[in-house]
Amino acid sequence: MHAESNIREPLILGHKTYRNISDDIIAPIEGKANRTWYILFTISALAFMWGIGCLSYTIGVGIGAWGSNNGVDWAWDITNFVWWIGIGHAGTLISAVLLLFRQKWRMAINRSAEAMTIFAVLCAAIFVTLHTGRPWLDYMLFPLPNQFGSLWPNFNSPLLWDVFAVSTYATVSIVFWYIGLIPDFAMIRDRVIKPKMKKAYSLLSFGWGGSVRHWSRFEEVSLVLAGLSTPLVFSVHSIVSFDFATSVVPGWHTTIFPPYFVSGAVFSGFAMVLTLMLIVRKVYKLEAYLTVKHVEYMNIVIIVTGSIVGVAYLTELFMAWYSGVEWEQYAFLNRATGPMAWAYWIMMSCNVLSPQFFWFKKLRTSLAFTFVLSIVINIGMWFERFVIIVPTLCRTYLPSTWNTYSPSFIDVGIFVGTIGMFFTLFLLYSRTFPVIAQAELKSILKASGEEHKKAAEQAHH
Amino acid sequence: MATKQIIHGIFGDEVPLSEACKKLRASGIRIADVFTPFPVHGIDPIVGLPRTRIAICAFIYGITGLALATLMMWYMMIHDWPNDIGGKPNWSYYFNIPAFIPISFEATVFCAAHGMSLTYLLRCMLVPGAHPKNPDPRTTDDKFMIYLELNDEQSKKADEILRSTGAEEVNYKGTITIEPKY
Repeated sequence: MHAESNIREPLILGHKTYRNISDDIIAPIEGKANRTWYILFTISALAFMWGIGCLSYTIGVGIGAWGSNNGVDWAWDITNFVWWIGIGHAGTLISAVLLLFRQKWRMAINRSAEAMTIFAVLCAAIFVTLHTGRPWLDYMLFPLPNQFGSLWPNFNSPLLWDVFAVSTYATVSIVFWYIGLIPDFAMIRDRVIKPKMKKAYSLLSFGWGGSVRHWSRFEEVSLVLAGLSTPLVFSVHSIVSFDFATSVVPGWHTTIFPPYFVSGAVFSGFAMVLTLMLIVRKVYKLEAYLTVKHVEYMNIVIIVTGSIVGVAYLTELFMAWYSGVEWEQYAFLNRATGPMAWAYWIMMSCNVLSPQFFWFKKLRTSLAFTFVLSIVINIGMWFERFVIIVPTLCRTYLPSTWNTYSPSFIDVGIFVGTIGMFFTLFLLYSRTFPVIAQAELKSILKASGEEHKKAAEQAHH
Repeated sequence: MATKQIIHGIFGDEVPLSEACKKLRASGIRIADVFTPFPVHGIDPIVGLPRTRIAICAFIYGITGLALATLMMWYMMIHDWPNDIGGKPNWSYYFNIPAFIPISFEATVFCAAHGMSLTYLLRCMLVPGAHPKNPDPRTTDDKFMIYLELNDEQSKKADEILRSTGAEEVNYKGTITIEPKY
C-alpha cells in the first residue's frame, strides 16, 4: 500500500468502506430521478429541440440564414466551435495530464470531465459540419477516392489539419473514456437487481471480471493512452489556432496563438467542469468524494491558466505596438476602442480580472462564489473567441470592405440548441453511467481516505 | 487424466490477499487467477505475472500510422496531383514536410490509441455480450478472490494457508478434469 503524507488533505471524507463507495455510485442509477432533474431535463431538451429546428432551417435554406456576411464570413459558427472544443480540453487534461503527474484528486472528477469532453466535442462538430454551407458534401473533407480527377484535399491547409485533429481527438477521447468505464459497468452489472438493467449493463461491461491479468493490462493501457492523449490535447487546440495564425489577417497572424489558445481552452474547460461538478455533488450527494479541496485544486488551475491568458492578451498588445505594422496596431486598437469595444472589455474583465479573486483562500474555497465565477469565466471565454473573430473581420485591409455584424435569430437558436444538447446528454449520462471512476477511487481509499489517514497518524504517534 | 479441485479463497481486504498470495507461491502452489474490485498495486510480481507487452503493440501501431499517413500524403500531394499554390509547387515531400507534420502526428496517435485499445479488448476477450469473467459477483464490489485449481494434496495445504492468512470464506466449487497433453 502507498503511504501518503499527513500534510495532504484527505480526498475521501468520512467513514467509507469499499462497499459504501459502490453504494454511493450506484444510488443515482438505481434510484428515481427527483423533480429538479426533470425540470432541468425538460428545459435542456426544449432548448435542444429549438436548436434542431434552427439547424434544419439552416440546412434547408443555406447559411444565408445566419448573420454572417461578405466581410464577416466567420462569426458565431467558428466562435461557438472554438468555445466548445476548448471546453472539451479540460476533460482530457484531467484524465491524461493529471494521470501522468500522479495527481490523485483527478480520480473523483475524471469520469464526468471526460463525459463533458465528449459532449462538448459533439457540440463543436455541429458547427464545423454546418459552416461548410452544404453539409451533405462534408465527406469531401476526407481523402476519399473520387470521380473528380482524383481531387484530393489540400494537406497544406490548417483547415484540413483541423479535420484530422478533431476527429482523432473525438474518437480517442471516447475510447479512453470507455476503457475506464468497463470495470465500473461490471460493478453495476453485479449489483443491480432489475433484470433489464442487469442485461443492459452486462452488455456494456463487455464481460469484465477484474482478473489480475486484465487489471495489469488495464493500467498499462491507461498509462499509454494518457501518454498519447497529452500531446494530442495540446495539438488539437494548437491546430485550431493555426486556422487563424496561418492566415494573413491582421490580429490573427501571430505566433503566440497556439499556447494562448491551449491555456484558454484549459481555463474555460475547468470552469465548465466546476459548473457541472458543483451541481452533481449536490444533486447526487457526492460531497464525500468531490470535496472542497477538489474545488480548490481546480480553482488553482484556473488562476494559473487565467493568468497565462491575461499575459497573452497583454503580449498581443505589446507585439502589435512593437512590430510597427500599422494594420496590426489598428486591429488591436479597433478591438479595444472600436464599435465592439464592449465585447473586448467583457472579455478582459471576465478572463483577466475575475480569476484573480481566487488568490484569496476564502473565495477559492467558497462553493457559491466558485459556481458564479465558473459561469462568468465561460462567458468571458466565449467573448474571447468572438473578439478574435468578428471585430477583426469587420475591419480588414480595405476600408471599402468594412462591415458590421449582428447575429440572426437562427445563429442564437443553434447556439442555445447546442447548450441544450450538452446538458441533455450530461443529465442522461449522470442517471445511467457511474459518475465517478469508483474502481480507481477504491484504490486510493486507504492512502487518501479521511478515516484511514487519521488512523495512520495515531498509529505513528 | 488429472482431476483438480477448484477453490475460491475470498478476502475482505487487499492486504491479507497479498499475504496469502505470497505464502501460496512460497509453498509452490500455482495461483490460477486473482479477482479484485480495483487494481491492487504491487500484486503482479507476487502472483508471478510477467509485465504486459501491450505498450510495445502501441509503439508498433503508432509507427504503422505514421508510415500510412506519410504514404497517403506523398501519394496525394506529391505523386498523383501536385498542386502549385502561390508559386510554391509540391515537387518533393522533403520541402513540404513542415505542412505534413500535424497530420503525421494525428495519424500516429490515432493508430496507436485505437490499435492498442482493440488489442487490449481482444486479448482480454472483452467484447459486447461476453459472459462475466468473475466467478463470484462480489469481486467487482468489495471482495477479493484467489482462484485456485489444485490436486488433493495441494488443496489441503492451500486451505490451511488461506484460512491462516484471514480468508473470510474458502469455497470448494467442484472439480475439473484436465486432459493430458500428448
